[in-house]
Amino acid sequence: MNIGVVVFPGSNCDHDCIHVLSSVLGQKATQVWHKETSLAGLDGIILPGGFSYGDYLRTGAIARFSPVMKAVKQFAAEGRLVLGICNGFQILLEAGLLPGAMLRNQSLHFICRDTYVRVENAATPFTSGCKPGQVLKIPIAHADGNYYTDPVTLAGLQANAQVIFRYCDQDGNVTPEANPNGSLDNIAGIRNAAGNVLGMMPHPERCAESVLGNEDGRLILASMVEGLKKAKPAEAVV
Amino acid sequence: MKAKIHVTLKQGILDPQGKAIEHALDSLGFKHAANVRVGKYVELDLPEQDKVKAEAEVKQMCEKLLANTIIEEYRYELG
Repeated sequence: MNIGVVVFPGSNCDHDCIHVLSSVLGQKATQVWHKETSLAGLDGIILPGGFSYGDYLRTGAIARFSPVMKAVKQFAAEGRLVLGICNGFQILLEAGLLPGAMLRNQSLHFICRDTYVRVENAATPFTSGCKPGQVLKIPIAHADGNYYTDPVTLAGLQANAQVIFRYCDQDGNVTPEANPNGSLDNIAGIRNAAGNVLGMMPHPERCAESVLGNEDGRLILASMVEGLKKAKPAEAVV
Repeated sequence: MKAKIHVTLKQGILDPQGKAIEHALDSLGFKHAANVRVGKYVELDLPEQDKVKAEAEVKQMCEKLLANTIIEEYRYELG
């Protein structure tokens, strides 16, 4: 599969994503500069973490107007897979590809540490390699990860199984203590109604190989690759 | 015409920065300072001389970029 990793000015996790996709998962990974207007030839898209446009105004607020985002919107509208990680998630929210918004962490601190998340829906192209309810250890690194949305939208997310990851303790209990940033309903990741766009605050690309002592993140990216293979007509699979 | 735009978190949404500042004010002896809210201030010049047209333009700027209306509210002065 050929997966595009979009690079905005200030993205800083693009190389980590490319490394995991190519060196760990054996796929083709292509850097896509934010001024690109076409995503032709790409099977899936990742919006990586970082600090696009210096987080000016709000996280993701300026990046959403990058030329490439028009193409990403079109790509998503065609039902193709788009994964936003951390700042990528924030950009998807600002672009309206996912519902809700990010507030400053309740503690006001930038938090960089491992968290545990529970897989609330394993029947998605991004989590098909996980077991339902599986607890993954994946690090977060953000100052604005306090997910917020209005009660009606939240109820919709819950009813449609769009909440994909929730912060939990090591044993999978979703508790206020396990919530690192104050996110509504301990939300760590959501998908859109169609199911092809996922945003998550934890960084799977930072824990995807045994040499780093943690491979949990590999499950997410490997699931995405499998999802792309399934979506592609058999004769076209390389 | 100059537009002066204030963006703050909506009432009812916890403002942790405001809370932290409130505590700091309290420890400085400003015990009566309450409901501290932190926001952003943006000012800009517009060539438009018609106030109604300028207002419509500023409103669009706020809705499309300057504020995220899911979590924020805005107000502006034109002059």
